[in-house]
Amino acid sequence: MHPAFSVIFFTVSSGAGFGLFALLYLADLLKLGGGLPVEQKLIAGLLALVLVGAGLTSSMFHLANPKNAWRAFSRYRTSWLSREGVFAMVFFPFALIYLALTWLQLPAFEWLRLVTGGLGALLAWITIFSTGMIYGCLKTIRQWNSPLVPANYLALGHFTGALILLAIASQGGVALGGYIALVLALLVAAAALKAIYYFWIANPGTGSTIQTATGFTRGKVRLLDTGHTHGTFLTQEFGFQIARKYALALKLFVFLIGFLVPALLLTTGQDTGFGIYAAVITALLGMVAERWLFFAEARHVVNLYHGTQRC
Amino acid sequence: MRLGLVIDLDVCVGCHACAIACKEWNASGATAPLTDYQPYGAEPSGVWFNRIRSYEVGDYPNNKTINFPMSCMHCEDADCVTVCPTGASYKRAEDGIVLVDQTKCMGCNYCSWACPYGARELDRESGTMKKCTLCVDRIYDQKIPMEERQPACVLTCPAHARMFGDIDDPDSAVSRVVRERGGYQLMPELGYNPTNHYLPVRKATPISTENMGKAGFKDRLKNIANRIVKR
Ligand code: SF4
Ligand code: SF4
Ligand code: SF4
Repeated sequence: MHPAFSVIFFTVSSGAGFGLFALLYLADLLKLGGGLPVEQKLIAGLLALVLVGAGLTSSMFHLANPKNAWRAFSRYRTSWLSREGVFAMVFFPFALIYLALTWLQLPAFEWLRLVTGGLGALLAWITIFSTGMIYGCLKTIRQWNSPLVPANYLALGHFTGALILLAIASQGGVALGGYIALVLALLVAAAALKAIYYFWIANPGTGSTIQTATGFTRGKVRLLDTGHTHGTFLTQEFGFQIARKYALALKLFVFLIGFLVPALLLTTGQDTGFGIYAAVITALLGMVAERWLFFAEARHVVNLYHGTQRC
Repeated sequence: MRLGLVIDLDVCVGCHACAIACKEWNASGATAPLTDYQPYGAEPSGVWFNRIRSYEVGDYPNNKTINFPMSCMHCEDADCVTVCPTGASYKRAEDGIVLVDQTKCMGCNYCSWACPYGARELDRESGTMKKCTLCVDRIYDQKIPMEERQPACVLTCPAHARMFGDIDDPDSAVSRVVRERGGYQLMPELGYNPTNHYLPVRKATPISTENMGKAGFKDRLKNIANRIVKR
Protein backbone atom coordinates (compact mmCIF):
# COMPACT_ATOMS: atom_id res chain seq x y z
CA MET A 1 0.00 0.00 0.00
CA HIS A 2 1.09 3.51 -0.71
CA PRO A 3 1.93 5.12 2.67
CA ALA A 4 0.05 8.46 2.70
CA PHE A 5 1.55 10.96 5.14
CA SER A 6 -1.84 12.41 6.10
CA VAL A 7 -3.05 9.00 7.29
CA ILE A 8 0.22 8.24 9.11
CA PHE A 9 0.02 11.53 11.00
CA PHE A 10 -3.69 11.04 11.66
CA THR A 11 -3.31 7.61 13.27
CA VAL A 12 -0.19 8.45 15.30
CA SER A 13 -1.51 11.79 16.53
CA SER A 14 -5.08 10.80 17.35
CA GLY A 15 -3.88 7.50 18.91
CA ALA A 16 -1.56 9.39 21.25
CA GLY A 17 -4.30 11.93 22.02
CA PHE A 18 -6.89 9.31 22.95
CA GLY A 19 -4.31 7.33 24.95
CA LEU A 20 -3.29 10.49 26.77
CA PHE A 21 -6.87 11.36 27.67
CA ALA A 22 -7.77 7.88 28.92
CA LEU A 23 -4.61 7.66 31.05
CA LEU A 24 -5.09 11.21 32.35
CA TYR A 25 -8.51 10.18 33.57
CA LEU A 26 -7.19 7.04 35.25
CA ALA A 27 -4.31 8.96 36.86
CA ASP A 28 -6.81 11.55 38.05
CA LEU A 29 -9.22 8.94 39.40
CA LEU A 30 -6.51 6.98 41.23
CA LYS A 31 -4.60 10.13 42.28
CA LEU A 32 -1.41 8.67 40.80
CA GLY A 33 1.74 10.13 42.41
CA GLY A 34 -0.37 12.06 44.92
CA GLY A 35 -2.71 13.52 42.30
CA LEU A 36 -1.91 15.91 39.47
CA PRO A 37 -2.37 19.65 40.09
CA VAL A 38 -5.33 21.15 38.22
CA GLU A 39 -3.04 23.04 35.86
CA GLN A 40 -1.31 19.84 34.73
CA LYS A 41 -4.63 18.06 34.26
CA LEU A 42 -5.83 20.90 32.04
CA ILE A 43 -2.62 20.95 30.00
CA ALA A 44 -2.79 17.19 29.48
CA GLY A 45 -6.48 17.28 28.65
CA LEU A 46 -6.20 20.13 26.18
CA LEU A 47 -3.13 18.63 24.55
CA ALA A 48 -5.08 15.39 24.12
CA LEU A 49 -7.87 17.29 22.38
CA VAL A 50 -5.36 19.11 20.16
CA LEU A 51 -3.68 15.84 19.16
CA VAL A 52 -7.03 14.23 18.35
CA GLY A 53 -8.26 17.31 16.50
CA ALA A 54 -5.05 17.66 14.50
CA GLY A 55 -5.22 13.97 13.59
CA LEU A 56 -8.80 14.21 12.39
CA THR A 57 -8.06 17.36 10.41
CA SER A 58 -5.08 15.69 8.80
CA SER A 59 -7.24 12.73 7.78
CA MET A 60 -9.38 15.19 5.83
CA PHE A 61 -6.39 15.93 3.60
CA HIS A 62 -6.55 12.34 2.46
CA LEU A 63 -9.96 12.91 0.87
CA ALA A 64 -10.26 13.69 -2.82
CA ASN A 65 -13.67 15.32 -2.35
CA PRO A 66 -13.73 16.77 1.19
CA LYS A 67 -16.94 18.71 0.66
CA ASN A 68 -18.83 15.46 1.25
CA ALA A 69 -16.88 14.59 4.42
CA TRP A 70 -19.87 15.34 6.62
CA ARG A 71 -21.63 12.37 5.07
CA ALA A 72 -19.02 10.06 6.62
CA PHE A 73 -21.02 10.03 9.87
CA SER A 74 -23.98 8.37 8.23
CA ARG A 75 -23.01 4.71 7.78
CA TYR A 76 -21.92 3.86 11.32
CA ARG A 77 -24.00 0.71 11.23
CA THR A 78 -21.65 -1.05 8.80
CA SER A 79 -18.48 1.01 8.30
CA TRP A 80 -15.62 1.19 10.81
CA LEU A 81 -14.44 4.39 9.17
CA SER A 82 -17.80 5.96 9.87
CA ARG A 83 -17.83 4.58 13.43
CA GLU A 84 -14.40 6.02 14.05
CA GLY A 85 -15.64 9.47 13.08
CA VAL A 86 -18.85 9.20 15.10
CA PHE A 87 -17.12 7.97 18.27
CA ALA A 88 -14.44 10.67 17.95
CA MET A 89 -17.14 13.33 17.67
CA VAL A 90 -19.11 11.97 20.64
CA PHE A 91 -15.85 11.92 22.63
CA PHE A 92 -15.35 15.68 22.41
CA PRO A 93 -18.36 16.92 24.45
CA PHE A 94 -17.63 14.46 27.28
CA ALA A 95 -13.96 15.39 27.33
CA LEU A 96 -14.81 19.08 27.27
CA ILE A 97 -17.31 18.83 30.16
CA TYR A 98 -14.75 16.85 32.17
CA LEU A 99 -12.06 19.47 31.55
CA ALA A 100 -14.39 22.38 32.23
CA LEU A 101 -15.45 20.89 35.57
CA THR A 102 -11.81 20.14 36.36
CA TRP A 103 -11.06 23.81 35.79
CA LEU A 104 -14.05 25.13 37.77
CA GLN A 105 -13.46 22.75 40.72
CA LEU A 106 -17.10 22.64 41.86
CA PRO A 107 -17.43 20.11 44.71
CA ALA A 108 -21.16 19.72 44.01
CA PHE A 109 -20.41 18.51 40.48
CA GLU A 110 -17.44 16.25 41.27
CA TRP A 111 -19.61 13.19 40.46
CA LEU A 112 -20.47 14.65 37.04
CA ARG A 113 -16.80 15.37 36.39
CA LEU A 114 -15.85 11.77 37.13
CA VAL A 115 -18.74 10.32 35.12
CA THR A 116 -18.12 12.42 32.00
CA GLY A 117 -14.37 11.77 32.26
CA GLY A 118 -15.04 8.06 32.54
CA LEU A 119 -17.32 8.09 29.51
CA GLY A 120 -14.70 10.13 27.63
CA ALA A 121 -12.05 7.52 28.46
CA LEU A 122 -14.39 4.73 27.34
CA LEU A 123 -15.07 6.53 24.06
CA ALA A 124 -11.32 7.08 23.61
CA TRP A 125 -10.75 3.32 23.88
CA ILE A 126 -13.60 2.53 21.50
CA THR A 127 -12.33 5.10 19.00
CA ILE A 128 -8.77 3.73 18.93
CA PHE A 129 -10.24 0.26 18.50
CA SER A 130 -12.33 1.56 15.59
CA THR A 131 -9.24 3.11 13.98
CA GLY A 132 -7.54 -0.27 14.16
CA MET A 133 -10.62 -2.00 12.76
CA ILE A 134 -10.63 0.29 9.70
CA TYR A 135 -7.59 -1.72 8.66
CA GLY A 136 -8.27 -4.94 10.56
CA CYS A 137 -11.59 -5.63 8.82
CA LEU A 138 -10.17 -5.70 5.27
CA LYS A 139 -10.07 -9.26 3.94
CA THR A 140 -8.10 -8.04 0.94
CA ILE A 141 -4.91 -7.35 2.93
CA ARG A 142 -3.54 -10.32 4.84
CA GLN A 143 -1.09 -8.19 6.84
CA TRP A 144 -3.99 -6.16 8.24
CA ASN A 145 -6.76 -8.71 8.56
CA SER A 146 -5.78 -9.66 12.11
CA PRO A 147 -6.97 -8.92 15.67
CA LEU A 148 -3.36 -7.92 16.35
CA VAL A 149 -3.96 -4.71 14.37
CA PRO A 150 -6.50 -3.05 16.73
CA ALA A 151 -4.48 -4.47 19.65
CA ASN A 152 -1.37 -2.73 18.27
CA TYR A 153 -3.22 0.54 17.80
CA LEU A 154 -4.51 0.46 21.38
CA ALA A 155 -1.11 -0.46 22.87
CA LEU A 156 0.87 2.11 20.86
CA GLY A 157 -1.65 4.89 21.48
CA HIS A 158 -1.50 4.26 25.22
CA PHE A 159 2.29 3.97 25.26
CA THR A 160 2.80 7.34 23.54
CA GLY A 161 -0.05 8.87 25.57
CA ALA A 162 1.57 7.69 28.82
CA LEU A 163 4.91 9.23 27.80
CA ILE A 164 3.28 12.59 27.12
CA LEU A 165 1.42 12.36 30.43
CA LEU A 166 4.73 11.70 32.18
CA ALA A 167 6.30 14.72 30.49
CA ILE A 168 3.44 16.92 31.70
CA ALA A 169 3.43 15.40 35.20
CA SER A 170 7.16 16.05 35.51
CA GLN A 171 6.32 19.78 35.59
CA GLY A 172 3.70 19.36 38.32
CA GLY A 173 5.69 18.47 41.40
CA VAL A 174 4.14 15.02 41.82
CA ALA A 175 5.93 11.76 42.61
CA LEU A 176 6.88 10.43 39.16
CA GLY A 177 7.50 6.78 40.14
CA GLY A 178 3.98 5.67 39.27
CA TYR A 179 3.98 7.53 35.94
CA ILE A 180 7.30 6.00 34.93
CA ALA A 181 6.10 2.54 35.92
CA LEU A 182 2.98 3.12 33.80
CA VAL A 183 5.06 4.11 30.77
CA LEU A 184 7.38 1.13 31.16
CA ALA A 185 4.53 -1.35 31.56
CA LEU A 186 2.79 -0.02 28.45
CA LEU A 187 6.10 0.08 26.58
CA VAL A 188 6.70 -3.61 27.26
CA ALA A 189 3.15 -4.53 26.27
CA ALA A 190 3.27 -2.43 23.09
CA ALA A 191 6.70 -3.73 22.04
CA ALA A 192 5.66 -7.33 22.70
CA LEU A 193 2.45 -6.96 20.67
CA LYS A 194 4.36 -5.34 17.80
CA ALA A 195 6.95 -8.11 17.86
CA ILE A 196 4.19 -10.73 17.73
CA TYR A 197 2.61 -8.86 14.80
CA TYR A 198 5.87 -8.77 12.83
CA PHE A 199 6.42 -12.45 13.57
CA TRP A 200 2.89 -13.28 12.48
CA ILE A 201 2.87 -11.46 9.14
CA ALA A 202 6.29 -12.88 8.19
CA ASN A 203 4.59 -16.26 7.67
CA PRO A 204 2.71 -16.24 4.36
CA GLY A 205 0.05 -18.60 5.73
CA THR A 206 -2.74 -19.81 3.44
CA GLY A 207 -3.65 -16.58 1.72
CA SER A 208 -4.65 -15.88 -1.86
CA THR A 209 -2.25 -16.64 -4.70
CA ILE A 210 -2.10 -15.77 -8.38
CA GLN A 211 -3.70 -19.20 -8.94
CA THR A 212 -6.80 -18.54 -6.83
CA ALA A 213 -7.00 -15.00 -8.22
CA THR A 214 -7.20 -16.23 -11.82
CA GLY A 215 -8.64 -19.69 -11.25
CA PHE A 216 -5.77 -21.26 -13.22
CA THR A 217 -4.89 -23.77 -10.56
CA ARG A 218 -3.28 -26.41 -12.76
CA GLY A 219 0.10 -24.81 -13.27
CA LYS A 220 2.39 -21.88 -12.94
CA VAL A 221 0.84 -18.52 -13.85
CA ARG A 222 2.91 -15.64 -15.20
CA LEU A 223 1.77 -12.19 -16.16
CA LEU A 224 2.39 -11.44 -19.84
CA ASP A 225 0.71 -8.07 -20.17
CA THR A 226 -0.84 -5.72 -17.61
CA GLY A 227 -3.12 -4.14 -20.20
CA HIS A 228 -2.18 -0.56 -19.39
CA THR A 229 0.41 1.73 -20.94
CA HIS A 230 1.46 3.65 -17.90
CA GLY A 231 0.48 3.35 -14.23
CA THR A 232 -3.17 3.21 -13.14
CA PHE A 233 -4.98 4.13 -9.96
CA LEU A 234 -4.42 0.53 -8.91
CA THR A 235 -0.65 0.58 -9.34
CA GLN A 236 -0.38 3.98 -7.64
CA GLU A 237 -2.51 3.04 -4.66
CA PHE A 238 -1.56 -0.60 -4.19
CA GLY A 239 1.63 -1.16 -6.16
CA PHE A 240 4.01 0.22 -3.53
CA GLN A 241 6.50 -2.37 -2.34
CA ILE A 242 9.33 -2.18 0.12
CA ALA A 243 12.51 -4.25 -0.18
CA ARG A 244 12.96 -6.80 2.56
CA LYS A 245 16.21 -5.31 3.80
CA TYR A 246 14.72 -1.81 4.18
CA ALA A 247 11.75 -3.25 6.02
CA LEU A 248 14.14 -5.02 8.37
CA ALA A 249 16.16 -1.84 8.93
CA LEU A 250 12.97 0.08 9.71
CA LYS A 251 11.83 -2.60 12.16
CA LEU A 252 15.15 -2.24 13.95
CA PHE A 253 14.59 1.52 14.00
CA VAL A 254 11.13 1.05 15.50
CA PHE A 255 12.43 -1.13 18.30
CA LEU A 256 15.62 0.83 18.98
CA ILE A 257 14.34 4.40 18.70
CA GLY A 258 10.71 3.76 19.52
CA PHE A 259 11.09 1.43 22.47
CA LEU A 260 14.66 0.79 23.63
CA VAL A 261 15.93 4.38 23.81
CA PRO A 262 12.90 5.64 25.79
CA ALA A 263 13.19 2.61 28.10
CA LEU A 264 16.89 3.30 28.70
CA LEU A 265 16.32 7.01 29.25
CA LEU A 266 13.66 6.34 31.85
CA THR A 267 15.50 3.57 33.71
CA THR A 268 19.04 4.97 33.85
CA GLY A 269 18.39 8.04 35.94
CA GLN A 270 17.61 10.36 33.02
CA ASP A 271 14.03 10.65 34.21
CA THR A 272 13.99 14.38 34.64
CA GLY A 273 13.19 17.21 32.25
CA PHE A 274 15.38 16.74 29.20
CA GLY A 275 15.52 12.94 29.41
CA ILE A 276 11.74 12.63 29.46
CA TYR A 277 11.26 15.01 26.55
CA ALA A 278 13.92 13.14 24.59
CA ALA A 279 12.03 9.91 25.32
CA VAL A 280 8.78 11.44 24.02
CA ILE A 281 10.44 12.59 20.81
CA THR A 282 12.27 9.35 20.04
CA ALA A 283 9.14 7.32 20.82
CA LEU A 284 7.04 9.44 18.45
CA LEU A 285 9.71 9.11 15.73
CA GLY A 286 9.60 5.37 16.25
CA MET A 287 5.81 5.41 15.95
CA VAL A 288 5.90 7.33 12.66
CA ALA A 289 8.32 4.73 11.29
CA GLU A 290 6.09 1.96 12.63
CA ARG A 291 3.03 3.45 10.94
CA TRP A 292 4.85 4.04 7.65
CA LEU A 293 5.92 0.41 7.67
CA PHE A 294 2.40 -0.70 8.56
CA PHE A 295 1.26 0.68 5.21
CA ALA A 296 4.38 -0.13 3.22
CA GLU A 297 4.30 -3.81 4.21
CA ALA A 298 0.61 -4.28 3.46
CA ARG A 299 0.13 -6.14 0.18
CA HIS A 300 -3.29 -5.88 -1.40
CA VAL A 301 -4.55 -8.94 -3.31
CA VAL A 302 -5.11 -6.87 -6.46
CA ASN A 303 -1.33 -7.10 -6.95
CA LEU A 304 -1.90 -10.77 -7.83
CA TYR A 305 -3.48 -9.60 -11.08
CA HIS A 306 -0.36 -7.58 -11.76
CA GLY A 307 1.87 -10.62 -11.51
CA THR A 308 2.65 -11.03 -7.79
CA GLN A 309 2.66 -14.75 -7.01
CA ARG A 310 1.25 -14.51 -3.49
CA CYS A 311 0.28 -11.77 -1.08
CA MET B 1 -32.66 -10.96 -9.80
CA ARG B 2 -28.89 -10.94 -9.82
CA LEU B 3 -27.46 -9.42 -12.97
CA GLY B 4 -23.88 -9.91 -14.02
CA LEU B 5 -21.47 -11.05 -16.69
CA VAL B 6 -20.03 -14.38 -17.72
CA ILE B 7 -16.63 -14.22 -19.41
CA ASP B 8 -15.54 -17.04 -21.71
CA LEU B 9 -11.78 -17.36 -21.33
CA ASP B 10 -11.74 -19.99 -24.06
CA VAL B 11 -12.62 -17.52 -26.78
CA CYS B 12 -11.40 -14.16 -25.50
CA VAL B 13 -8.74 -13.00 -27.94
CA GLY B 14 -7.56 -10.08 -25.79
CA CYS B 15 -8.46 -7.41 -28.34
CA HIS B 16 -9.50 -4.80 -25.71
CA ALA B 17 -12.61 -3.95 -27.75
CA CYS B 18 -14.82 -4.33 -24.66
CA ALA B 19 -12.64 -1.92 -22.72
CA ILE B 20 -12.87 0.65 -25.51
CA ALA B 21 -16.63 0.19 -25.91
CA CYS B 22 -17.02 0.53 -22.15
CA LYS B 23 -15.04 3.74 -22.11
CA GLU B 24 -16.97 5.11 -25.08
CA TRP B 25 -20.38 4.36 -23.58
CA ASN B 26 -19.62 5.42 -20.03
CA ALA B 27 -17.74 8.58 -20.93
CA SER B 28 -21.22 10.01 -21.48
CA GLY B 29 -23.10 7.75 -19.07
CA ALA B 30 -24.29 7.92 -15.46
CA THR B 31 -20.82 8.29 -13.89
CA ALA B 32 -19.26 10.31 -16.69
CA PRO B 33 -16.67 11.52 -17.41
CA LEU B 34 -13.93 8.90 -17.20
CA THR B 35 -11.05 11.33 -16.91
CA ASP B 36 -7.83 10.72 -18.82
CA TYR B 37 -4.55 12.08 -17.53
CA GLN B 38 -1.99 13.06 -20.17
CA PRO B 39 -3.85 11.22 -22.96
CA TYR B 40 -1.30 12.41 -25.53
CA GLY B 41 1.60 12.86 -23.10
CA ALA B 42 4.52 10.71 -22.10
CA GLU B 43 2.68 8.93 -19.30
CA PRO B 44 -0.89 8.30 -20.45
CA SER B 45 -3.22 7.05 -17.75
CA GLY B 46 -6.86 7.37 -16.80
CA VAL B 47 -10.04 5.89 -15.40
CA TRP B 48 -11.28 2.62 -16.91
CA PHE B 49 -14.05 0.31 -15.76
CA ASN B 50 -12.78 -2.70 -17.61
CA ARG B 51 -9.20 -3.88 -17.98
CA ILE B 52 -7.78 -6.83 -19.87
CA ARG B 53 -4.65 -8.60 -18.72
CA SER B 54 -2.87 -11.55 -20.30
CA TYR B 55 -1.32 -14.49 -18.51
CA GLU B 56 0.78 -17.47 -19.47
CA VAL B 57 -0.31 -20.66 -17.75
CA GLY B 58 1.93 -23.72 -17.49
CA ASP B 59 5.45 -24.29 -18.79
CA TYR B 60 6.52 -24.73 -22.40
CA PRO B 61 5.48 -26.83 -24.31
CA ASN B 62 2.37 -27.26 -22.19
CA ASN B 63 1.76 -23.55 -21.84
CA LYS B 64 -1.09 -21.38 -22.95
CA THR B 65 -1.79 -17.68 -23.18
CA ILE B 66 -5.05 -16.65 -21.56
CA ASN B 67 -6.54 -13.19 -21.91
CA PHE B 68 -8.36 -12.06 -18.85
CA PRO B 69 -10.88 -9.18 -18.85
CA MET B 70 -11.95 -7.85 -15.47
CA SER B 71 -14.64 -5.40 -14.46
CA CYS B 72 -16.78 -5.12 -11.33
CA MET B 73 -18.08 -8.56 -10.29
CA HIS B 74 -21.20 -7.06 -8.63
CA CYS B 75 -20.45 -9.26 -5.62
CA GLU B 76 -23.25 -10.65 -3.49
CA ASP B 77 -21.27 -9.94 -0.29
CA ALA B 78 -19.68 -6.72 -1.48
CA ASP B 79 -17.42 -5.38 1.26
CA CYS B 80 -16.86 -2.27 -0.87
CA VAL B 81 -20.42 -1.30 0.04
CA THR B 82 -20.18 -2.32 3.71
CA VAL B 83 -17.07 -0.22 4.36
CA CYS B 84 -18.23 2.96 2.59
CA PRO B 85 -18.73 5.56 5.35
CA THR B 86 -20.84 7.97 3.32
CA GLY B 87 -23.37 5.61 1.82
CA ALA B 88 -22.22 6.62 -1.66
CA SER B 89 -21.57 2.96 -2.54
CA TYR B 90 -24.68 0.88 -2.65
CA LYS B 91 -26.02 -2.39 -3.99
CA ARG B 92 -29.42 -2.33 -5.62
CA ALA B 93 -31.88 -4.70 -4.01
CA GLU B 94 -33.81 -5.30 -7.23
CA ASP B 95 -30.99 -6.53 -9.49
CA GLY B 96 -27.80 -6.65 -7.38
CA ILE B 97 -25.96 -3.97 -9.35
CA VAL B 98 -23.31 -2.19 -7.26
CA LEU B 99 -23.09 1.55 -7.92
CA VAL B 100 -21.45 4.69 -6.57
CA ASP B 101 -23.58 7.78 -6.04
CA GLN B 102 -21.28 10.47 -7.41
CA THR B 103 -23.02 13.20 -5.43
CA LYS B 104 -22.30 11.52 -2.08
CA CYS B 105 -18.77 10.13 -2.50
CA MET B 106 -16.02 11.94 -0.57
CA GLY B 107 -13.12 10.21 -2.34
CA CYS B 108 -11.64 8.43 0.68
CA ASN B 109 -10.56 5.39 -1.41
CA TYR B 110 -11.64 3.05 1.36
CA CYS B 111 -13.98 1.03 -0.89
CA SER B 112 -11.15 0.43 -3.36
CA TRP B 113 -9.10 -1.03 -0.50
CA ALA B 114 -11.97 -3.43 0.23
CA CYS B 115 -12.34 -4.59 -3.40
CA PRO B 116 -10.19 -7.64 -4.18
CA TYR B 117 -10.70 -7.35 -7.93
CA GLY B 118 -9.37 -3.86 -8.61
CA ALA B 119 -12.74 -2.81 -9.98
CA ARG B 120 -12.80 0.67 -8.43
CA GLU B 121 -10.74 3.60 -9.61
CA LEU B 122 -10.66 7.10 -8.21
CA ASP B 123 -11.20 9.90 -10.70
CA ARG B 124 -8.63 12.47 -9.57
CA GLU B 125 -10.45 15.21 -11.46
CA SER B 126 -13.88 14.82 -9.86
CA GLY B 127 -12.46 13.39 -6.63
CA THR B 128 -14.98 10.56 -6.66
CA MET B 129 -14.82 6.80 -6.96
CA LYS B 130 -15.88 5.25 -10.27
CA LYS B 131 -16.60 1.74 -11.38
CA CYS B 132 -18.48 -0.47 -13.84
CA THR B 133 -22.20 0.31 -13.73
CA LEU B 134 -23.17 -2.85 -15.62
CA CYS B 135 -24.37 -0.22 -18.09
CA VAL B 136 -27.40 0.38 -15.92
CA ASP B 137 -28.23 3.36 -18.15
CA ARG B 138 -28.50 1.04 -21.13
CA ILE B 139 -29.90 -2.33 -20.07
CA TYR B 140 -33.22 -0.79 -18.94
CA ASP B 141 -33.53 1.76 -21.75
CA GLN B 142 -37.02 1.35 -23.19
CA LYS B 143 -36.14 3.46 -26.22
CA ILE B 144 -33.63 1.07 -27.79
CA PRO B 145 -34.48 -2.30 -29.36
CA MET B 146 -34.74 -5.25 -26.97
CA GLU B 147 -31.62 -6.99 -28.26
CA GLU B 148 -29.54 -3.87 -27.64
CA ARG B 149 -30.50 -3.64 -23.98
CA GLN B 150 -27.19 -5.17 -22.99
CA PRO B 151 -23.92 -3.75 -21.67
CA ALA B 152 -21.76 -2.02 -24.27
CA CYS B 153 -18.88 -4.43 -23.69
CA VAL B 154 -21.10 -7.46 -24.30
CA LEU B 155 -22.54 -6.05 -27.52
CA THR B 156 -19.17 -5.13 -28.93
CA CYS B 157 -17.14 -8.27 -28.19
CA PRO B 158 -16.22 -9.73 -31.61
CA ALA B 159 -15.51 -13.17 -30.11
CA HIS B 160 -18.74 -13.36 -28.09
CA ALA B 161 -16.64 -13.89 -25.00
CA ARG B 162 -18.97 -11.86 -22.81
CA MET B 163 -22.49 -12.80 -21.79
CA PHE B 164 -24.95 -10.81 -19.74
CA GLY B 165 -27.85 -12.16 -17.73
CA ASP B 166 -29.48 -13.17 -14.48
CA ILE B 167 -27.36 -15.60 -12.47
CA ASP B 168 -30.22 -16.14 -10.01
CA ASP B 169 -32.47 -17.66 -12.66
CA PRO B 170 -31.33 -21.28 -13.13
CA ASP B 171 -32.74 -21.37 -16.66
CA SER B 172 -31.10 -18.19 -17.94
CA ALA B 173 -28.49 -18.58 -20.67
CA VAL B 174 -25.72 -17.42 -18.31
CA SER B 175 -26.70 -19.87 -15.55
CA ARG B 176 -26.87 -22.70 -18.02
CA VAL B 177 -23.48 -22.01 -19.55
CA VAL B 178 -21.90 -21.65 -16.08
CA ARG B 179 -23.35 -25.03 -15.15
CA GLU B 180 -22.36 -26.79 -18.36
CA ARG B 181 -18.87 -25.35 -18.74
CA GLY B 182 -17.86 -25.34 -15.07
CA GLY B 183 -17.91 -21.56 -14.69
CA TYR B 184 -16.10 -20.33 -11.60
CA GLN B 185 -15.66 -17.25 -9.40
CA LEU B 186 -12.33 -15.52 -8.72
CA MET B 187 -10.72 -15.73 -5.26
CA PRO B 188 -13.67 -17.60 -3.73
CA GLU B 189 -11.68 -17.91 -0.48
CA LEU B 190 -12.31 -14.24 0.31
CA GLY B 191 -16.05 -14.88 0.46
CA TYR B 192 -17.28 -11.97 -1.68
CA ASN B 193 -19.43 -14.32 -3.77
CA PRO B 194 -18.95 -12.43 -7.04
CA THR B 195 -21.81 -12.54 -9.54
CA ASN B 196 -19.52 -12.54 -12.56
CA HIS B 197 -18.28 -16.00 -13.53
CA TYR B 198 -15.42 -17.13 -15.74
CA LEU B 199 -15.64 -20.07 -18.13
CA PRO B 200 -12.42 -22.08 -18.21
CA VAL B 201 -10.50 -22.91 -21.34
CA ARG B 202 -11.92 -26.02 -23.01
CA LYS B 203 -9.88 -29.16 -23.38
CA ALA B 204 -8.84 -29.27 -27.03
CA THR B 205 -7.02 -32.06 -28.85
CA PRO B 206 -4.00 -30.53 -30.55
CA ILE B 207 -3.97 -30.80 -34.33
CA SER B 208 -1.12 -33.13 -35.22
CA THR B 209 1.73 -31.77 -37.31
CA GLU B 210 3.17 -35.24 -37.95
CA ASN B 211 2.51 -37.07 -41.28
CA MET B 212 1.56 -33.95 -43.13
CA GLY B 213 2.36 -35.71 -46.42
CA LYS B 214 5.31 -35.13 -48.73
CA ALA B 215 6.49 -31.57 -49.29
CA GLY B 216 5.48 -30.12 -52.64
CA PHE B 217 7.80 -28.42 -55.17
CA LYS B 218 7.30 -24.99 -53.58
CA ASP B 219 8.16 -26.29 -50.11
CA ARG B 220 11.25 -28.10 -51.39
CA LEU B 221 12.46 -24.86 -52.98
CA LYS B 222 11.81 -23.04 -49.69
CA ASN B 223 13.77 -25.65 -47.76
CA ILE B 224 16.74 -25.26 -50.10
CA ALA B 225 16.57 -21.48 -49.74
CA ASN B 226 16.35 -21.83 -45.98
CA ARG B 227 19.50 -23.93 -45.91
CA ILE B 228 21.41 -21.40 -48.06
CA VAL B 229 20.36 -18.23 -46.29
CA LYS B 230 22.08 -17.89 -42.92
CA ARG B 231 19.86 -16.31 -40.26
S1 SF4 C 1 -15.88 -6.45 -7.67
FE1 SF4 C 1 -15.14 -4.99 -6.14
S2 SF4 C 1 -16.30 -3.13 -6.56
FE2 SF4 C 1 -17.39 -4.77 -7.60
S3 SF4 C 1 -18.93 -5.47 -6.07
FE3 SF4 C 1 -17.13 -6.79 -5.83
S4 SF4 C 1 -15.95 -5.81 -4.19
FE4 SF4 C 1 -17.40 -4.26 -4.96
S1 SF4 D 1 -14.35 6.63 -1.99
FE1 SF4 D 1 -16.53 7.26 -2.05
S2 SF4 D 1 -17.67 5.38 -2.49
FE2 SF4 D 1 -15.61 4.78 -1.80
S3 SF4 D 1 -15.78 4.42 0.41
FE3 SF4 D 1 -15.12 6.56 0.15
S4 SF4 D 1 -17.04 7.71 0.10
FE4 SF4 D 1 -17.61 5.58 -0.24
S1 SF4 E 1 -21.00 -3.65 -18.15
FE1 SF4 E 1 -20.83 -1.55 -19.00
S2 SF4 E 1 -19.72 -0.44 -17.42
FE2 SF4 E 1 -19.39 -2.61 -16.97
S3 SF4 E 1 -17.49 -3.20 -18.05
FE3 SF4 E 1 -19.17 -3.61 -19.46
S4 SF4 E 1 -19.37 -1.74 -20.69
FE4 SF4 E 1 -18.17 -1.21 -18.86
